[in-house]
Amino acid sequence: MANDPSEHDPVTGTETTGHDWDGITELNTPLPRWWLWTLYLTIIWGIGYTIAYPAWPMISGATKGVLGYSTRAEVAEDIARVDAQNSEISAVLASADLSTLTRDDPAYQFGVSGGAAVFRANCSQCHGAGAAGAVGYPNLLDDAWLWGGTLDEIEYTVRHGIRNDQDDDAHWSEMPAFGEIFSEEEIAMTTDYVLSLSGQDHDATMAEQGAVLFAENCAACHGDAGLGDPSVGAPNLADAIWLYGGTRSDVEYSIINARFGVMPAWGLRLSEEDVKAVTLYVHQLGGGQ
Amino acid sequence: MGARSNPNDGAHTAMTEPANSSLYAAREPIFPRDVKGKFRRLKWAILAVTLGIYYITPWIRWDRGPELPDQAVLVDLANRRLYWFWIEIWPHEFYFVAGLLIMAGLGLFLFTSALGRVWCGYACPQTVWTDLFLLVERKVEGDRNNQLRLLKSKWTFQKIRLRLTKWTLWMLIAIATGGAWVFYFADAPTLLKDLFTLQAAPVAYSTVAILTATTFVLGGFMREQVCIYMCPWPRIQGAMMDDDTLTVAYRDWRGEPRGKARKKQDATPELVGDCVDCNACVNVCPVGIDIRDGQQMECITCALCIDACDEIMERLGRERGLIDYLALSDEGRERDGQPPRSAWFHVFRLRTMLYSVAWALCGIILLYALFIRPAIDITVAPVRNPQFVTLSDGGIRNAYDIRLRNKHGDARAFAFQLVADETMTLRLEGEDDLEVVVPADETALQRVYVIAPADSGPAQADRTDLRFWVEDTLSGERVYEDSLFNGKGTQ
Repeated sequence: MANDPSEHDPVTGTETTGHDWDGITELNTPLPRWWLWTLYLTIIWGIGYTIAYPAWPMISGATKGVLGYSTRAEVAEDIARVDAQNSEISAVLASADLSTLTRDDPAYQFGVSGGAAVFRANCSQCHGAGAAGAVGYPNLLDDAWLWGGTLDEIEYTVRHGIRNDQDDDAHWSEMPAFGEIFSEEEIAMTTDYVLSLSGQDHDATMAEQGAVLFAENCAACHGDAGLGDPSVGAPNLADAIWLYGGTRSDVEYSIINARFGVMPAWGLRLSEEDVKAVTLYVHQLGGGQ
Repeated sequence: MGARSNPNDGAHTAMTEPANSSLYAAREPIFPRDVKGKFRRLKWAILAVTLGIYYITPWIRWDRGPELPDQAVLVDLANRRLYWFWIEIWPHEFYFVAGLLIMAGLGLFLFTSALGRVWCGYACPQTVWTDLFLLVERKVEGDRNNQLRLLKSKWTFQKIRLRLTKWTLWMLIAIATGGAWVFYFADAPTLLKDLFTLQAAPVAYSTVAILTATTFVLGGFMREQVCIYMCPWPRIQGAMMDDDTLTVAYRDWRGEPRGKARKKQDATPELVGDCVDCNACVNVCPVGIDIRDGQQMECITCALCIDACDEIMERLGRERGLIDYLALSDEGRERDGQPPRSAWFHVFRLRTMLYSVAWALCGIILLYALFIRPAIDITVAPVRNPQFVTLSDGGIRNAYDIRLRNKHGDARAFAFQLVADETMTLRLEGEDDLEVVVPADETALQRVYVIAPADSGPAQADRTDLRFWVEDTLSGERVYEDSLFNGKGTQ
């Protein structure tokens, strides 16, 4: 089985290790000594590394490492560094008058980028990640604005919110629930008239009677022609956009029960620059005036 | 082996081996003797050219306009640009680099199948820098015999002085090597100034330090160990050589039996070959082998043994080429006394031709791609959250994020045009007209809106094709990209 280790392989002339299995002889081709030292060195390095850095799993967490390194601290450091870098432009944005800020201004670009993050974190839950809204939550991409779509108006809405108890300056208006005021027939007539405003299918005779009811009960807020009034958040009933749906049953439901959309006052929760940033972001989504 | 009863018994006893058959071996120091000849001259020339290219290239200037770097060859990692004289590569064009790497691979296949490890012997940085280090070693400590004597001598003042001088010179070369590398990644004159005034980025210093260390150790001390044990390329090359590959070999049928020249005069020619066993080929070998033992894994085909042997043969008045570039397929012919076929016969064969064709094809495709690529470029990403927006007048609006790339060295105005159903209109976010200015060598992201009136076909339909054209208003260069418009039918 084992031969004399000093024996030489007849073909190559190489020394054998003396190992021989089923006639297969192992030749001794020595590995360079430095390779062995490199192996030892990597082992020492590896052990040193696990001492220096967090490594060994223990019962209540891994060893901390003598260098005190942690990825969490590194992230915190990165955030602090970026915050410090941005502090100047943040201050510019916080004190800026948005309506006079030009698009080329670095503060504008900074606001739009930052506003996108603010929007995702705080607004997208209701308005959607793409700001397209949902039933009851306005689409911010289109050209219809309940409370106005200029930069100043959007900023006011963001800051103070709508129909909330936290901010005394919040937008406020309240539509009566006509289910308690109108008879069923009157509700049907008004529905037909409202449908006629946006050119949808309706009963002309009913609508004619509904027009009278509308002028008496609804026009104060929605206007004589039903074009709405942003100062009281009254929606335009003559356009193609319906926050709560524009079908006959949707409109009827809105007349009977009224609607009461609420939005928090973000001025109480967000920093000044975040309010302005998200305002800039929303304004450039396609509907800003 | 488990079925046998203690089958390793014998092996275990064999483990207690005599000291001379260790599993590890220390490096045998190699002191290659200086040699003169045509291959040595060629190698010096290649060394001068390659090192010259390496050190000088970052200092070549190239005017690209005021807003772009004026360094001819620059890898601008921070701005993600690759500059090579008149060519500028953006990250999305990185396939050019991939193509060049494929060409480099095919080129190595070609050269290896034709000339064996010619890359290793002449052009590999490890060989070139080792040659340079060997040159310094010879200038400081003298040739092979002096070096051998110095190795064995005690640590006298003389030895310390010579060693320190050599190491210092090596270190200077190493620093210059590592130093030159970083100049490819930043403006060279600025970086040189910054490096000396300690203003440069830490990564610049650490790169210089690492490359200095590897150059010093690999060129000064590891040398042939790198080729034998560390480099994977020689292992791959073995699979690429065949019987027609020209490689450095010894004509043993002419040289053997070897013997001293003095004896030869008394001997009959049949008994004594041309080899005089002067060991010149062994003494000049940078990897420490005897080429007369046949082709070996260590051989980098540097051809210095050819020069050394030719010198001896000439002195003895014998035919040159006892050690020569030979193809295995000629061995039989030569043993039969026929002359070898010409080198061209071996070099031009189907295999090398196919490699050449593949290499050239790759190059032609890359050149073609280079010449047809526009200096402006767009990518259209339809905004699909939401699919579309209904406007108050019932119109349907789609949004698209269009990325505009201006590869010119000056700012350019890009004009948008929509080719689609004629009822549809185009509008740019934040712009009153249909033009956007993109700064020099930059990318701009522009949101554009396409609006279809309330009752138009595209507003009612599911999907409508459309095409965006973007024109560089200065040069008139135009590019387009197709996209889709989602109507109410999408719902």
